[in-house]
Amino acid sequence: MAKKQLRIALRNCGVIDPERIEEYIERDGYLALGKVLTELSPEAAIEIIKKSGLRGRGGGGFSTGLKWDITRRVKADQKYVVCNADEGDPGAFMDRSVLEGDPHSVIEAMAINGYCTGASKGLVYIRAEYPLAIERLKIAMKQASEWGFLGTNILGTGFNFEIEIRYGAGAFVCGEETALIHSMEGLRGEPTVKPPFPSESGYLEKPTNVNNVETYANVPVIINKGWEWFAGIGTEKSKGTKVFALAGKINKVGLIEVPMGTTLREVIFEIGGGLQDGATFKAVQTGGPSGGCLMEKHLDIPIDYDNLIAAGSMMGSGGMIVMDDANCMVSIAKFYLEFTVEESCGKCSPCRIGNKRLFELLEKITGGNGTPEDLDKLRNLSHVIKDTSLCGLGQTSPNPVLSTLENFYEEYREHVFDKKCRSSVCKSLMMYIIDAEKCIGCTLCARNCPVNAITGERKLAHYIDPEKCIKCGACMEKCKFGAIFIN
Amino acid sequence: MTRITSLKDLQRLRDDLKAQTSARSDKANPDSIIQVKVAMATCGIASGARPVMDYMKEELEKRNIHALVTQTGCMCYCYAEPTIEVTIPGKEPVVFGFVTTKKADEIIERYIRKGETVEGIIARDYETIDSK
Ligand SMILES: Cc1cc2nc3c(=O)[nH]c(=O)nc-3n(C[C@H](O)[C@H](O)[C@H](O)COP(=O)(O)O)c2cc1C
Ligand code: SF4
Ligand code: SF4
Repeated sequence: MAKKQLRIALRNCGVIDPERIEEYIERDGYLALGKVLTELSPEAAIEIIKKSGLRGRGGGGFSTGLKWDITRRVKADQKYVVCNADEGDPGAFMDRSVLEGDPHSVIEAMAINGYCTGASKGLVYIRAEYPLAIERLKIAMKQASEWGFLGTNILGTGFNFEIEIRYGAGAFVCGEETALIHSMEGLRGEPTVKPPFPSESGYLEKPTNVNNVETYANVPVIINKGWEWFAGIGTEKSKGTKVFALAGKINKVGLIEVPMGTTLREVIFEIGGGLQDGATFKAVQTGGPSGGCLMEKHLDIPIDYDNLIAAGSMMGSGGMIVMDDANCMVSIAKFYLEFTVEESCGKCSPCRIGNKRLFELLEKITGGNGTPEDLDKLRNLSHVIKDTSLCGLGQTSPNPVLSTLENFYEEYREHVFDKKCRSSVCKSLMMYIIDAEKCIGCTLCARNCPVNAITGERKLAHYIDPEKCIKCGACMEKCKFGAIFIN
Repeated sequence: MTRITSLKDLQRLRDDLKAQTSARSDKANPDSIIQVKVAMATCGIASGARPVMDYMKEELEKRNIHALVTQTGCMCYCYAEPTIEVTIPGKEPVVFGFVTTKKADEIIERYIRKGETVEGIIARDYETIDSK
């Protein structure tokens, strides 16, 4: 049987010792750089990247070759290439794995990018919470310099290129390229309006080409194997593969790399081995806080940038969380909004205030106080935030709300009209009740209740005072007669 | 340390390194050696890969088994960490999941020494850039 996965970006992860450059070289390492410097003009190399169809893996999906070309065309005495290793999506760790398992591939691709765009300096922006990735990157940079793949007169071609590391403090918004650049300049990590795009005016107002770790990891392979090879993988508009961090209620939690066009069903049920303990699939979240929750009916769409957007989600950087019946979709939306409220830089009001209001509405609904008007408000406010926010964070933050409203409206309705949470997640909507028929009055529950909410005479049916009950569930766990149930 | 100063030198070095590696796993070569790779990314280390790697190194030496133990990045089977890959000259590499020091002992004694099948093998479920 043909295997569903294809490892391009992860080709060396788990194969080579990342701290030994010899092992990278043995697997054609730095050969692409050598080829580009020795045999190709910057224009010709960019043409290969363009024709390969490679698009940015950091979320936006912009054509990598086109971005390089734009940066190349801007005239300046100094240009920069940047590697975005901020990786702020909760649950995503693809970029960390590439840097920990194959740091040289990123270094090589940055040097190629430098040659193509006319930059002699590279900067890696990485979160300080990735100490092992930083350590391995440093070792790799040192080796690359010693072996002559960084520094001056690389491979005897007269090309000079060096790389520096810049540390981020782990703010999600600093993954946005303009905020990232400001953070590297020592300014507040806040986005600014585009244009000007970094390719025109970026770090220190010089043309700056920003690409994601995984985007870079693909570049040497495209040069070595040819654009035709790469363009032969994937869908019409999304070429190559994508790495996903598969998590949630799935059997085989881990990193996977699949050709674009693979369906969600193949990923979840074949590669991921289906749901844990035979649970029933309910939803899959892609794209992290900028993405959305898709449902059963979406399982057969081929994964690519455009299809995921059409379905109301996003490729994002590659987080993929599988959910079952025990997940309340309103609470999931609330979880992501809480993250956004926390991570919004606060520069523009739709995002700063709007997301907070969205979060409050969701709290109201999960708290059992939602009204039918709140559902309309949620939708309207979401659209306002999307349309008026300054940067990608605010422009996508309502996606978890909109997609759950679209795909799981019934659950919102139940929370608002029936005051019910079918997944028993929203505590305010739960009531612990003792079935008087089954209760034999053993008093065990009353003795275990932390707030003395249970009253009753020995050998007679007991009663839970809903005003006092904090819904901890201790009584239900203790009762040997199954007399306590949740309504 | 060798400073590489041309594409030609680089290609030559690559070919040499490739030849060394294939010699290492060639059964007919008297210098061939058993290779053990331990996935040592953040995820693997958090699940206890480091003691497994130390154990492998020490025990293989103690038991007089000529082997090369190295680290790698993530093998991507997060659900089965720690993972290790064992290559016996002349055989396909085999990945084992959920490797504790106890399991490592079993792998050394039964798989490496006697060539018996040991439970916990993870089948490779991906194509590589060379196979595609
Ligand atoms: C809120 C926000 C967070 C982002 N975080 C990241 C990130 O962690 N890593 C990343 O590569 N790109 C991130 N991006 C996308 C970058 O702005 C940029 O598009 C990307 O780094 C370009 O590289 P690519 O074309 O190779 O994808 C983020 C964007 C937004 C709006
Ligand atoms: S949209 Fe949010 S994160 Fe982006 S600039 Fe505005 S306040 Fe900051
Ligand atoms: S759920 Fe907890 S607080 Fe409520 S009655 Fe049972 S033991 Fe008491």
